[in-house]
Amino acid sequence: MTTTLPGPQPEASALAEISQETLALTRRLFVQLQRRPSTLVAGVLQPLIWLVLFGALFAKAPAGLLPGGISYGRFLGAGVIVFTAFSAALNAGLPLMFDREFGFLNRLLVAPLRSRSSIVFASVLYITTLSLVQSLAIMGTAALLGYGWPGGAGLLLVLVTLLLLVFAVTALSLGLAFALPGHIELIAVIFVANLPLLFASTALAPLSFMPAWLGWLAALNPLTFAIEPIRAAYAGQVSLTAVVLEAPYGQLSSATCLGVLALLAAGLFLLIRPLLDRKLT
Amino acid sequence: MERLESVIELQQLCKRYGGKKAATAVVALDNLSLQVPAGSLYGLLGPNGAGKTTALRILCTLLAPDSGSVRVGGVDALAEPRAVRRLLGYVAQEVAIDKILTGRELLQLQGDLYHLVPAARNRRMDELIELLGMADWIDRRCGSYSGGMRRRLDLAAGLLHSPQVLVLDEPTVGLDIESRAAIWSVLRQLRDGGTTVLLSSHYLEEVDALADHLAIIEAGKVIAEGAPAVLKAALGGDRVTLRVREFSDAEEAERVRSLLHDCAGVRQVVVNRAQGYSLNLVIEHDGVVEQLRRQLAAADLPVFALAQSRPSLDDVYLQATGRTLMDAELAVAGSRDPKAERKASM
Repeated sequence: MTTTLPGPQPEASALAEISQETLALTRRLFVQLQRRPSTLVAGVLQPLIWLVLFGALFAKAPAGLLPGGISYGRFLGAGVIVFTAFSAALNAGLPLMFDREFGFLNRLLVAPLRSRSSIVFASVLYITTLSLVQSLAIMGTAALLGYGWPGGAGLLLVLVTLLLLVFAVTALSLGLAFALPGHIELIAVIFVANLPLLFASTALAPLSFMPAWLGWLAALNPLTFAIEPIRAAYAGQVSLTAVVLEAPYGQLSSATCLGVLALLAAGLFLLIRPLLDRKLT
Repeated sequence: MERLESVIELQQLCKRYGGKKAATAVVALDNLSLQVPAGSLYGLLGPNGAGKTTALRILCTLLAPDSGSVRVGGVDALAEPRAVRRLLGYVAQEVAIDKILTGRELLQLQGDLYHLVPAARNRRMDELIELLGMADWIDRRCGSYSGGMRRRLDLAAGLLHSPQVLVLDEPTVGLDIESRAAIWSVLRQLRDGGTTVLLSSHYLEEVDALADHLAIIEAGKVIAEGAPAVLKAALGGDRVTLRVREFSDAEEAERVRSLLHDCAGVRQVVVNRAQGYSLNLVIEHDGVVEQLRRQLAAADLPVFALAQSRPSLDDVYLQATGRTLMDAELAVAGSRDPKAERKASM
């Protein structure tokens, strides 16, 4: 007997296969966005509303509130940028959860993906791009409102910081989408995590303004580690070694903040890897 | 010359769903073993809830069995799932497509997930669009597709990488006759082209029309296996359904039964209460029918209807399980745990 069917194809390089998978999955996310642009519109409008409303709310804050005596609007920009990227990344698991519930995920799981990490990479690419668009809108608006502009090197720092934060939080959210029973539970977790992490960070107020216990929380919050380097960039400070935060446990530089975010991203990615392969056992 | 080697080998698969406590657990597979010959069109026949979907999901590496082994083309699916995924095309029962994408975009995505080269992928897509008659609507968004169109697109997606083995879970449930015929014809062509096709169905006529091998599954076990013709022939005899009146009663039916029971050439007489007390007989040869008519006339009994047929697949099913497929469906409907199954399917 002879078999006339094509056998399994020869193995291409892992990198080529992973990029093919990742790009195809990323393309799907962008096609969805293009045909359902409401996510993008809302995603750009919301932080602008935050910026204008919060800026107005605290415009008359006492002069001594902020370190260096800067205006509240100038202080707020970095917080809104980071919080916007964080929210988008935290929601990254939702489309995956719906794919799971509708059975579309099975299409990915029966396919011989070289690595299921491609699913994570695709979401990170998508959310990072989306966050950059949002951030540019925020930064442009902030500049128009007279809150300053980070400059060229500052922009690069913003980009790197957001990439690390988005990677970490997206990995966490996708992990939850694999681990939790359904979208109700995932939405509940997102709901509980989202705003408390905002308020327990330096997005809206500096550490010096907080009671000691909240200061400790904020100084351990990953959002703070993303906010402070960007805030420093806004203040014209792009040196990686300069101190950007006087935490209760010591002084932190931009490099330390980015290092912590990178560790967090790597740690969370490794942590959720087994969840992606869970069905195989 | 029949090709005897098996391309799919499931050995003693066990799978339970739901609670860790034995009381709440539902046994989906109970030592299920199956060998699918290479190049065959193999049907898994059984009522809803018999374990067909679970077996196919384990085969396709979506689900891990509690125990047992799975080999596809000699490759251990539990140890090397990725190698097995390359060999298999899987068309799931619940058609999962992205409403926002067009059919063509879905196939392109599928091609990238199987690492096809774009040029080869596009050629293959053109072939499948032609084969499945999708040209008119392939560039429309999937959200606008009818059930039949979705099925065809899903079948095309399963075939895109030219798998050696195509696995389909209830491929024609709820489809119009035209789409069903189109899918049957494609499955036959595939088999003729050397692809092994494994499909599950709870439609007797589907398995009868398509399969050259079949296994009857009930309660997670294979209870009969073989070629449909062989299984039917093994039963032997012809089936006769007899009604003396349009609506008979129990007493009369019983009288007729005892009258015919002892006739030479009659193997079995059963009173079928569900069909207005008609009588189901198994006879050894055609001549027996004439003899039955004479007997009835001699006893002054009328004949309202008398139908004769060769043994059907339903008779095979009845013989193997002691009940008809429809009765089995009704019986299992109450004993499933849809919540646990849904959870496992996610």
